[in-house]
Amino acid sequence: MIKRVMATAAAAGLALTLAACGSSSTSGAAPTSGASAPRTLTVLAASSLTGTFTALKSQFETDNPGVTVKFSFGASSDLAQQIVNGSPADLFAAASDATMKTVTDASLATSSPTIFATNVLQIATVPGNPKGIASFADLAKPGLKVVVCAPAVPCGAAATKIEKATGVTLKPVSQEPDVKSTLSKVTTGNADAGLVYVTDVMAAKGTVQGVTFPESSQAVTNYPIAVLKNATQADLAAKFEALVTGELGQKTLSAAGFGAKK
Amino acid sequence: MTSGGPLAPSKGNAARAAVALPGWLWFPAALAFALIALPVVGLLLKADWPRIPELLLSSASVDALLLSLETAAVATTLCILLGGPLAVVLARGRLRGLRFLRSVVLLPLVLPPVVGGLALLYLLGRTGLVGKGIDLAFGVTIPFTTASVIIAQTFVALPFLVVSLEGAIRTAGERYEAIAATLGASPALAFRRVTVPLILPGLVSGSILAFARAMGEFGATITFAGSLQGVTQTLPLLVYQQREEDVDAAVTTSLLLVVVSVVVIAVARPRTVQGVA
Repeated sequence: MIKRVMATAAAAGLALTLAACGSSSTSGAAPTSGASAPRTLTVLAASSLTGTFTALKSQFETDNPGVTVKFSFGASSDLAQQIVNGSPADLFAAASDATMKTVTDASLATSSPTIFATNVLQIATVPGNPKGIASFADLAKPGLKVVVCAPAVPCGAAATKIEKATGVTLKPVSQEPDVKSTLSKVTTGNADAGLVYVTDVMAAKGTVQGVTFPESSQAVTNYPIAVLKNATQADLAAKFEALVTGELGQKTLSAAGFGAKK
Repeated sequence: MTSGGPLAPSKGNAARAAVALPGWLWFPAALAFALIALPVVGLLLKADWPRIPELLLSSASVDALLLSLETAAVATTLCILLGGPLAVVLARGRLRGLRFLRSVVLLPLVLPPVVGGLALLYLLGRTGLVGKGIDLAFGVTIPFTTASVIIAQTFVALPFLVVSLEGAIRTAGERYEAIAATLGASPALAFRRVTVPLILPGLVSGSILAFARAMGEFGATITFAGSLQGVTQTLPLLVYQQREEDVDAAVTTSLLLVVVSVVVIAVARPRTVQGVA
């Protein structure tokens, strides 16, 4: 019995060694193709940037041979907490000034953040808009199931701001913890309408219908980006930031529904 | 089992003296305990003690606590009423495909709770398989109601009750019921007077597990029921929302959840189990 256990352990050890050899040989081969050793750029970005940043990744990797871009998409506030708690990352793109402030307050950004895009709210309704929602005020109609984001998260803060500006008080059936969760209540047909970002409606590709309302300009959300102080690839991070704020980046963002940088 | 059987358990002391623990066992056991306890210590250290009264007495916290206790209690009751009979059937039923049924019962343990919530939406949501009919017939939508929170909690907590109770029933065996039957007891009488008392400790520990799971339930609830203060926002949902803007408040609310769960478990467990043994 003990012999068998030992044999298994030895086999596992051997497998690990082989795996280690395998990885070192592949990484050893890379420098011959590129100018420098393979490097990995780690970008933490708000989940609303998933589509655009992923699209920019391939361009960046073509421009910079030997570089791999690794993303961690999530709620900006979560990402900010991760940075404050020492998560290894090079670049942070947030979906609100407040979440970026968490990072700058902790002196973890190298310079003052750049606003690279903006976003506004839109009403998402079930396809065909059967309840005929045409304005922000329509959302307050009785019998309508409306979902919004919780006031603590950026999309909810924006909704609250618009409520104040318009004097329309919504009676939501749920205050969701993030915008994707709000959207899914509409895409699954359980809510009649939800307040989400323009970019979310576009990314939902027809599973919801967007209703634009003029009051949305009362609450414009900024998207700041900053290179992090503990970055191991600060030069690459700066390059990626330049790509995002540059022509191609702006074109990609605008195609996804984002507003232009300031 | 050298003496008595389950109805007359040997006194603990004698058993303990006879079987000493091997020394090495303490090390992994201590490690396991530390893995569970130390993160909670971390919570305690991080808590903003001076602000605790203010944070705990906020209307959102009070509403969430009451809602959590209420929904978890109803969900646990449903688990006992529905899961109890299911455990008996799984342990003693003579059915083809019982093994398959048993693995289906375990699904909520394996499914990520968010997926469980989606599954519930597709069944009971406004456009769901059954939910659509309910909406058309009665004009009632299940999501976003307190009932939907209870359904989500029951869904995730059921396997905990069923599995531990089924184990207890199997361990107890069928000897005593067989004897009761030879003495003229009907199956219903034997079940009530013999089986139920025998498996009561298993039922209690299963219920506690189910209650604890229901108290901590988050993913299925947020997906299926949404989050609204006083209606669907249970303590875990409040914690998740608070951590967006105020991590200290989230830590404090988590502590409340920890304390309430520990108190409920500590109060329920010894009394009921000792009462039986």
